[in-house]
Amino acid sequence: MNNNEKHIHEPLFHITKRADIVWWKAWLVRLVAIVAALFVCAVVIVTITDYNPLQVYKTMFEGSFGSERKVWILLQNLAMLLCISLAVTPAFKMKFWNLGAEGQVLIGGLASAACMFYVKDSMPNWLLIIVMLVASLLGGVIWGLIPAFFKANWGTNESLFTLMMNYVAIQLVSFFIMVWVPSGSSVMGVINQASGSGWMPDLFGKKYLFNILIVAVLTVVMFIYLKFSKQGYEISVVGESENTARYIGINVKKVIIRTMIISGAVCGLAGFLLVSGTNHTISKELAGGMGFTAIMVSWLAKFNPIIMVITSFLIVFLQRGAGEIATAFRLNESVADILTGIIIFFIIGCEFFINYQINKRSKQKEAK
Amino acid sequence: MKKITAMLLCLAMLFAFAGCGSKDTSSDGSDAKVVTIDEVEKTVPAKMEKVEKANFKIGLICLHDENSTYDNNFIQALKAAQAELGLKDDQVLIKTNIEESSACYEAAAQLADDGCNVIFADSFGHESFMIQAAQEYPDVQFCHATGTKAQTAKVANFHNAFAAIYEGRYLAGVAAGMKLNEMIEKGTITADKAVIGYVGAFNYAEVVSGMTSFFLGARSVCKSATMKVTYTNSWFDIAKEKEAALNLINSGCVLISQHADSEGAPKACEEKGVPNVAYNISTISMGPNTALISSKIDWAPYFKKIINAALEGGTIESDYCGTMAEGYVALTELNTKVAAAGTQEKLDEVKQKLMKGEIKVFDTDTFTVDGKKLESYTADIVDNGDFVPDSEAIKDGAFAESSDRSAPYFDIKYIDGISE
Repeated sequence: MNNNEKHIHEPLFHITKRADIVWWKAWLVRLVAIVAALFVCAVVIVTITDYNPLQVYKTMFEGSFGSERKVWILLQNLAMLLCISLAVTPAFKMKFWNLGAEGQVLIGGLASAACMFYVKDSMPNWLLIIVMLVASLLGGVIWGLIPAFFKANWGTNESLFTLMMNYVAIQLVSFFIMVWVPSGSSVMGVINQASGSGWMPDLFGKKYLFNILIVAVLTVVMFIYLKFSKQGYEISVVGESENTARYIGINVKKVIIRTMIISGAVCGLAGFLLVSGTNHTISKELAGGMGFTAIMVSWLAKFNPIIMVITSFLIVFLQRGAGEIATAFRLNESVADILTGIIIFFIIGCEFFINYQINKRSKQKEAK
Repeated sequence: MKKITAMLLCLAMLFAFAGCGSKDTSSDGSDAKVVTIDEVEKTVPAKMEKVEKANFKIGLICLHDENSTYDNNFIQALKAAQAELGLKDDQVLIKTNIEESSACYEAAAQLADDGCNVIFADSFGHESFMIQAAQEYPDVQFCHATGTKAQTAKVANFHNAFAAIYEGRYLAGVAAGMKLNEMIEKGTITADKAVIGYVGAFNYAEVVSGMTSFFLGARSVCKSATMKVTYTNSWFDIAKEKEAALNLINSGCVLISQHADSEGAPKACEEKGVPNVAYNISTISMGPNTALISSKIDWAPYFKKIINAALEGGTIESDYCGTMAEGYVALTELNTKVAAAGTQEKLDEVKQKLMKGEIKVFDTDTFTVDGKKLESYTADIVDNGDFVPDSEAIKDGAFAESSDRSAPYFDIKYIDGISE
C-alpha cells in the first residue's frame, strides 16, 4: 500500500480556494494586476503604433481630468452608470438575473419624454418634473414587474424574459419617435429646447449636479437597505437558497416581486435622470449599453454599492480615456477599446488569485 | 395585487391626462398661420474675428468612425482640406462615435474649450445639441451637415450645410440605367425585369430625395426601369443592410443601390454577383466585381470655405448648399470592369447638361405621382418643429430641391415606378 502511495503523481501545482484573504493582500493583488495590465498595454501600444505609452496614459488621464468640464462629464457618466448598477444589484443579489436594465431605463426615459412632449409648458416646471419622475418610476417598475411576476408564479426563465423585454422597449421607443416626428427622420431632437420645461434645473450653475447628488444619496440608501434592513437580508437568503428561505418562513414570491419593483424603479429613475437631467431627448440609444455594463460594475464590486462607486469610476474613466486617445492620436477608437479590454481582463482575472490559492508541488513530499 | 392595480390605474390616468395635453397643442397649431420660407425672418450670420493661422483650430464631431462610409467621407474630406491648407494635426481635432445626445453638446463644448474656432458636426441628430453649444459659445462658429434649423433659428453662429447631391445621385442613376440596358441587350433579363432594389435607412426626405433622383437618372436611360425600396430604420447596421439587400435580390432585383452607411449592401451584392451603386465612398475594394460607381458629397470645399472664412474674418452662410460646379457633388471612380460600354462618355455628357441647367433632375415632365403630373407641392421647408408643409416647391416646371434650404425636402412617397 505504501508503495502505491509513492507512485501517485502530484501535479506541478494545484488550486485551492482561499478561506479568507487579508484586505491589504487583496488590494495588493489588484494593484499588481493593474500594473501588469498597463505593462501589457504598453507593449501593445508600441507594437501597433509608434506612440510613447506614457504619453498615451497621460492622455487617457486627461480624458477624465483634463479640464473642469471633463471632470463634470466624468462625474455625470459615473452617476448614470452607478445608478443603473445600483438598480440591478438587489435583483442580482437575489440571483434573479435581470438583464433587462436597458429596457427598464428606456421605458423610464420614454415615460419622461412623453410627459415633456405632451405637457410642454402647460404646467409649472416643478410639477411637470414630479409627474415625469412618477411616470418614469412606474414605467421602470412595470417593465421589471412583468418578468418577475412570471418568474414568481410560473418559474419562467428571467434572463431570457428580461432580455426580450429590452427589444420590446426599443421598439416602443422607435414607435413613439415615429409618432412624434412625422418627417420620418427618427430623430427626436431636444424637447422643449426654447422653454426648457421638464428640464431638471441647474444646481449652483452646474448642469449635472442634481443627477450626481441624487445618485450619491441613492448609493448610501441602497447600501443600508441591502446590508442592514430586514428586506435586504431576505434578498440575501433567497439568493443563497430558495428552500432555506421558504423553511425559515420567507415568502419567496413576495421577495422576488418586491425586489424587482425596486430594481425596475431605480432603472426608471435612471431613465428619468437621463431624459430630464442630461439629454432632454429620447432615442433608442438612451441607455447606450449601460444596462449591460452595469452588470459588470455590480459583479466586480461583489454587489456592494459603495465599492460600485469605484468599479463604475474605473469603467467610465477607461471609456473617457479611450475617446480622448482616439482624438489626440488620431487612432480609431477600437485601439483604445483594445487597451480597455486588456485592463478589464486583468482586473477581472485578478479576482481569481484573490479567491483561489495556487499551491506548488512541495519539494519535501518529493524527497519522501 | 392591489398595489399593481393601483399602479396601472395611475398610469392609465397619466396617459389620459397626457392625451388631453396633446389635443390642446394640436388645436393651437391649426390656428397659427403657416409662414412660408419667403416670409420667414432669416438668421443673420455672425461676422467672424480674423484668426492667425497658427492659432486656428477646427473640430469635427462624427456620429460613428471611419468604419462608417458616411463619417469616413467627412474625415477624409477634412484631412484633405487640412493637407491643402497646411494645418497641423493638433489644429484639426476629430471626435468620433459621438451620439446624438448631450454627448454631442459636451463634445462641442470641449472642442470650444480646447480653442477651436470652428466646430462641425456631421449627423442630423446632432443639430439641437450644436445649437445648445452655439448659444453658449457665441464667438465660436458651429456648422452642421444635413440640418434644417439654422436659417430660422436666429443663432448667428450656427450654420447648416449640404450639397445638391440629388444631381450626383441622378448621374449615378444614369450609370445604373446603362448597366440595366446592357443586361437587357445581352438577354440576361427582359425589359420588364429591370427592377432596381434600394436599401434606405429611414423613410425620410433626405433618403426619399436621394432614391428618387437616382431612379429618375436610371429611368432617363432605361425606360422600363422600376424600383423597390426597403428601409433598415438605422443609419448604420451591417447585418440589416446586408439582409435587406439579399431580400431585394431574392425578390428579383437585378441592381442594388443604398442610402445607408455600412458595407452591408455592397458585400451582399458581391456575394450574389449583383451590380451595386454606392454612396459616400468608392466601394470597389469591397466588391471588385460588382461595385459600379458611387456618388458622394465632397466636403473638402466646404471645410476649406469655413476655414478660410475664419482665417480672413469673413462670415459663414446660415444655410449653404454646395453645387456640382463648385466640386461639392462628385462621382467616385467608375469601375470599368462592371460598367456598360460608353458609360463614362454618357456621364460626362449628362454632367455638362446638369451644370448648364439643360437637364433638371426633378423636371415634372419626367415623372408622375398617382398617374398625374405634379403641378404644385407644398413642402415642409421652414423647420419650426411643427412638421406642417409650408412652402411651394414646384418652380419653373421642376421640384426645386435644396434651393430654399440645403437639406433635402423632396419627400413625395413615391413617384410612379417606385414602390416599397
